[in-house]
Amino acid sequence: MEIKVLKPILGANDQRAEDNRALLEKNKIVAINFTASPGAGKTSLLMATIKALREEFRIGVVEGDVSSAIDAETVSKEGIPVVQINTGGACHLDATMLSNALANLPVDDLDVLLIENVGNLICPASFALGEHRKVLVASVPEGHDKPHKYPVMFSDSDAVVLNKIDLQPYVDFDRDKFDAAVNGLREGAMIFPVSCKTGEGIDQWVSWLRKQIRDEQGA
Amino acid sequence: MHELAVTEEILNLVVSEAKKSNATKVKHVKLVIGEMTGIVNESVSFYFNEISKKTIAEGAVLSFRRIPAAGRCRDCGHQFEVKDFVWACPHCGSLNIDITAGKELYLESIEVI
Repeated sequence: MEIKVLKPILGANDQRAEDNRALLEKNKIVAINFTASPGAGKTSLLMATIKALREEFRIGVVEGDVSSAIDAETVSKEGIPVVQINTGGACHLDATMLSNALANLPVDDLDVLLIENVGNLICPASFALGEHRKVLVASVPEGHDKPHKYPVMFSDSDAVVLNKIDLQPYVDFDRDKFDAAVNGLREGAMIFPVSCKTGEGIDQWVSWLRKQIRDEQGA
Repeated sequence: MHELAVTEEILNLVVSEAKKSNATKVKHVKLVIGEMTGIVNESVSFYFNEISKKTIAEGAVLSFRRIPAAGRCRDCGHQFEVKDFVWACPHCGSLNIDITAGKELYLESIEVI
């Protein structure tokens, strides 16, 4: 006997992501999911973001890594509540992992949750977490053809932060081609060129993020 | 790349759907997978054979219907299959493309006894 099913394979994850979203909204927390290749500068961007917004918002962090607690230790030094998720080989965070992390965070004492996904531009695209916004961190040395190599991730992201612009003089990175590719895959995508090292461009990125947080809080 | 996690979800879904019909054995599993998911058929089959042992889906045959990546040009409206992952409109050359197919990942049907 053949049974028609026609159900999404990751439907269970999608359901858990909706549960996470409900929990976040019950506690009035705005969650941002940061994705990137390894080494693009997710943790540096998180640190710069925390520094800029910590007086305005109570911030918590979830650090996803295949192994080690190096990133969580970096965040923890700032006195910010942080949960490290070691995926033990898995190449992405999923909604269950985030749910477990939320259980270990002071959710009634947070306004914003910054989620650092595992460094990978393929797998995290398939696994919803329940976040309010997706931000992709790219960097100049990775090359301007990155959007066309990982089109799903770029097309799903609300904003792209282009890090390491201080290295532009040393590499063959074509900003126009990069911007055209990003905007091609996602109409009206926001692109924020920054250098986490020099601080250039961080203000513009932070004001966009602040607006997203305020918009969600008012929603 | 993330086939183990995906295959675990496939197995959970297959077993729960089969049990709803009081099936005792799953013979065949039909999956639909978009080219842009990065999922490799052979890898899913390999993991499925391993993790389905001692379940009612043990020994089930997996078949895959692959959906090519497709796009629609926002400038000229042309709809096309994306070949070799070139994200430009073959008609007018624009890079302004909405992805219209290739992200599919679902269980189409199962055959049970």
